[in-house]
Amino acid sequence: MKLYEYMAKEIFRNHGIVTPKGCVFSSPEGIKEYVETIGSVVIKSQVLAGGRGKAGGIKFADTPEEAVARAKELFASQLKGSSVNELLVEEKLKIDQEIYLGLAIDRAHRRPVLLASKAGGMEIEQVPAEQIIKRLIDVSVGVQPYTTREISRRLGVSGEVAKKLSDLLVKLYQIFVTYDAELVEINPLVISGTDIYAADGKMTLDDDASFRFRSDIPHVEEKTELEKKASAIGIAYVDLEGEIGVMANGAGITMATLDLIKDYGMNARNFMDAGGGASRETVAQALEILLSTKPKSLLINIFGGITRCDEVAKAFIDVKKSVEINIPVVIRLVGTNEEAGIEILQANGIESYKNIKDAVTAVVALTQKKGAYHDNFDQ
Amino acid sequence: MTILINNQTNILVQGITGKQGQFHTEQMLAYGSKIVAGVSPTKGGQRIADVPVYDTVDQAVSEVKIDASVLFIPSQLVKDVAFEAMDAGIKTLVIITEHVPLHDAMQIMAFAERKNVTIVGPNTYGLISPGQSKIGIMPNRIFTPGSTGVVARSGTLSYEIVANLTTTGIGQSTVVGLGGDRIVGLSFIDVLRKFEDDPDTKAVVLVGEIGGDAEEEASKYIKRMTKPVVAFLAGKSAPPGKRMGHAGAIIDGGRGTFESKVEALTQAGAQVASLPWEVSSLIQSALVL
Repeated sequence: MKLYEYMAKEIFRNHGIVTPKGCVFSSPEGIKEYVETIGSVVIKSQVLAGGRGKAGGIKFADTPEEAVARAKELFASQLKGSSVNELLVEEKLKIDQEIYLGLAIDRAHRRPVLLASKAGGMEIEQVPAEQIIKRLIDVSVGVQPYTTREISRRLGVSGEVAKKLSDLLVKLYQIFVTYDAELVEINPLVISGTDIYAADGKMTLDDDASFRFRSDIPHVEEKTELEKKASAIGIAYVDLEGEIGVMANGAGITMATLDLIKDYGMNARNFMDAGGGASRETVAQALEILLSTKPKSLLINIFGGITRCDEVAKAFIDVKKSVEINIPVVIRLVGTNEEAGIEILQANGIESYKNIKDAVTAVVALTQKKGAYHDNFDQ
Repeated sequence: MTILINNQTNILVQGITGKQGQFHTEQMLAYGSKIVAGVSPTKGGQRIADVPVYDTVDQAVSEVKIDASVLFIPSQLVKDVAFEAMDAGIKTLVIITEHVPLHDAMQIMAFAERKNVTIVGPNTYGLISPGQSKIGIMPNRIFTPGSTGVVARSGTLSYEIVANLTTTGIGQSTVVGLGGDRIVGLSFIDVLRKFEDDPDTKAVVLVGEIGGDAEEEASKYIKRMTKPVVAFLAGKSAPPGKRMGHAGAIIDGGRGTFESKVEALTQAGAQVASLPWEVSSLIQSALVL
């Protein structure tokens, strides 16, 4: 779960990390009065997408009137497909230096990694590798003052600033662990005289740890309605933009099915992994979600390990009885109880393929025959 | 010979009295796995499928020699249970559970490193040496003994490819699922190295997917291998920034792309099958050479 900048900054402040003076607004109302009290400001759209500045989501203003005008523009804008519902209005800092700081998870080394760079303010993906300081963290040691001394040395900061930076990094790591974060980023950290400010804040929390999230964490929803529905029944679902609705079991095989459809010249409407051992009810609900996306055809690809083919077949018949399905449907069933599954489908006039290649060929051919009515493929 | 497990491996099931634990204990026994004990706190003293159940791992290891443990444990409790097994001296852990918190997984891996423990998973179907033993949840009948090693990140895609190998007459020495999570224990390189050293493995199938750089890392070792490697990768059509089912399967900030993996593997001398059913024929011709 990604947190909005202002939420991350609130967590920072609660842990003693200094952020610029600021206030969140959900309408232009009150901005004028606020800006009158602090002078020149930066107005930042609160959206989750990266590259917000480049997309025009950050504006500067020197007067209250100007701030209100910019705020109105931002509220009316769309940033990378999402509307702007909140603005963070902050004091404009005097910038001497900008630094990048981040804590992430290094998959290859299976441990946290502390990242720092003099190239602050840029997207870290755009910074050349040799300009990024990387330090792997042993979880049984954590980030200690000695770790931060070396980071300061390599960043070229010293004296009072180095002391403050050291203190900040230790706190940032505490936040990273306490909040089950997979990413905590300050980009940029602004050095202004002998003061340092977290001028931006980014936090992504590990959804798998949501059972122990602290109560002060707000809930931020990034999923689409369909993705929400699917996750409520324990199914992985991703909306895509193609023609063929796909259900398979297992992430790898679902991805491979999508790839095959593309190899054969079409695109999938979605990624749906019904998982291992899905029950008849779950499969039926999943099918209903699929149909609600109005695909031009349906491909069900089940390699039954713990998923039983007869359960999938029964679920399909259940749905077919209650919902009118007037698009071509291709089913591939193989694995545990495949004979029983195929028998059930055949008794209901639906044939199924054992071979994935035949199934994909069939569904693509049927989808391409535009306008034709197919209840299934057994013409 | 096989790698990691064989018919002599004594197996403990942690969470044996749960629905999944019980079902898969029966399946493993049916395959011939030597399940010697189960652990389930406060349920000690009973038997599941004739396997003795203990309250704690310490108690179990004091009664019987245990080489490996498999965990059928809810994600919230995995860290505690994995620590318990490692602290009791068990040297191989197979963590089936999906959705283990990342910070827990990192702590498990750190402890495993200190204790010199091999962790398979989390979010894995386990591992199997066909005809000898399996530790995990894979369907029994698709495997057949032979001399091709298989190592994969995803479950059902492995089944698909293994079933195809089996119908083509290509048996497997050992099949290992690394797990679909971002933080997993055993890596491609660890397993490839074992296959390279195993005299009875003649060729290796690597089943990868988008996200992370495990395949790129593996390529560095494949370059030095004497045995042929055939790879298949899932996620060619996946859009960036979307998590494709597995927590680990995501193209993030331009990293972990399909193209980068294909390039690394090809340059290392592996053959990359463009369709899943091509794996069998590529292995067949590699074995003839």
